[in-house]
Amino acid sequence: MTELNAAMVERYRSNFLKEVEANVEEGEWVKMCMQCGVCAGSCPLGNAWEHTPQKIFMMVRAGEREAVLNSDAMWMCTSCYNCIARCPRGLPITHIMHGLAHYAKRMGLAPKEQPTAKFAQLFWDNLVKKGRVNELKLGISLYFMNGFSEGIKTSLKMKDIGLGMLKTKRMSPMEMLGGHGVKDSAGFQKMLKKAQELEDKRISGSTD
Amino acid sequence: MAKKEYSFYPGCSSQKGASSSNYLNSVNTMCEELDITLNHIPDWNCCSASIGYAGGGELPRLALSARNIALSEEHNPGQEIVATCAACWLATRESSERLNEDNSLMAEANEALAEAGLKLKNETPIKHMVEVLIEDLGYEEIGSKVKKPLEGIKIAGYVGCQTNRPFGIAGESFENPKYLDKLVETMGADPVENYDKKVQCCGGALAFSEPDKSQNMIKGIIEAAYDGGADMIVTPCPVCQMNVEVYQDQINATHGTKFKMPVVYYSTLMSVAYGRSAKDSALDGQVIPAKQLQEIADK
Repeated sequence: MTELNAAMVERYRSNFLKEVEANVEEGEWVKMCMQCGVCAGSCPLGNAWEHTPQKIFMMVRAGEREAVLNSDAMWMCTSCYNCIARCPRGLPITHIMHGLAHYAKRMGLAPKEQPTAKFAQLFWDNLVKKGRVNELKLGISLYFMNGFSEGIKTSLKMKDIGLGMLKTKRMSPMEMLGGHGVKDSAGFQKMLKKAQELEDKRISGSTD
Repeated sequence: MAKKEYSFYPGCSSQKGASSSNYLNSVNTMCEELDITLNHIPDWNCCSASIGYAGGGELPRLALSARNIALSEEHNPGQEIVATCAACWLATRESSERLNEDNSLMAEANEALAEAGLKLKNETPIKHMVEVLIEDLGYEEIGSKVKKPLEGIKIAGYVGCQTNRPFGIAGESFENPKYLDKLVETMGADPVENYDKKVQCCGGALAFSEPDKSQNMIKGIIEAAYDGGADMIVTPCPVCQMNVEVYQDQINATHGTKFKMPVVYYSTLMSVAYGRSAKDSALDGQVIPAKQLQEIADK
């Protein structure tokens, strides 16, 4: 168990709802769910989830901390916003799911081999490096995220798509050599560092 | 008509050698014809789209959009921000709203921005290019520039998710928005009536991490276009465009289909209808060529 996770368990004891309300993005909305199930029926990947948002919200209230934070459900969100558009109570469901996913990751409890959890982290690491996404490097890191041999296999499978993108100038090998980025890299990095510090202070598990 | 001017947030995928560089090329052409000036936000950064949440917590992600809005307010004061990418628009507008609702987050965002010598006022409206076309200009205005009506082409208007939900276009419904069909009609082409998968999700970023699940959804989007008699699909979103266009061979191999459906941006459609060349309309960016548009452009 990570130190932060242990501190949070200690701090909130069995009140997981309170923990979510205080630390998860838009978590204060969870208790507003009336269990109608419209989100579950509206989700394009509803058939692929371990738990629908409706279930996740009830599990939060029931204090099923491990089961919620271990769930693959939040990582199946395509951000289509169907659930937000349709929720009769106006819960920002997409955002809560993203928030729970991030919190699970922060606590070290997110499922280990979840492809979207991996890809989402690669995306973030890619964009913060230079301030803009480097699509070529992101693509390559995605293909190789499960090791070298699988990476070669995936690259071969994706070869024709890559060639199509190259031919239409929608992909450039030049991106390997640096590529696009913000000019004020120093300011950009300082800003993110400060934002991260402030965020960490808010979710610290300390009782002060 | 008075010349219109906006502060432009182009986004990562529109850059040279990136996946929707063809979108930006055709948008530039379309805006030339419509007398719209796009002033790029200097030194803009990535908005972290909808998939940045694994590594990026709430405040770091908000700071990304806050930086763009602050740069816009400093360098393009008084100009509304316009984005062409659905995810850029959504992330920026959501961040702006979240910061307006929460004073402590706003104070923290400004504390972070101060490290880069910036300050956010957060007074700038954030629009999608489609809002500019439909709400600021209107069908009559965008129709008045048509030189070569796209007669005889049947087009499925695929709106997708993030241009439609949760904000969408004024006066349109989430379940059956009509603006893309009306735009197709305005360009002289025939919209597919009752296109079933108009607002179906294509998988978004999960097309990369969950290819099978996403390609199942993409298959439905293309199938419904064929069922409606479509010659091509038109979309306002770079992720929709790429996902629906480039995986067709893989879908064919998996499912035994014979898809070869061109997927174009509204801006390509409009540039061709406005009489511009295939190159100006970015038809050279089609992985699956849109032959009928090519023929009209070459005429």
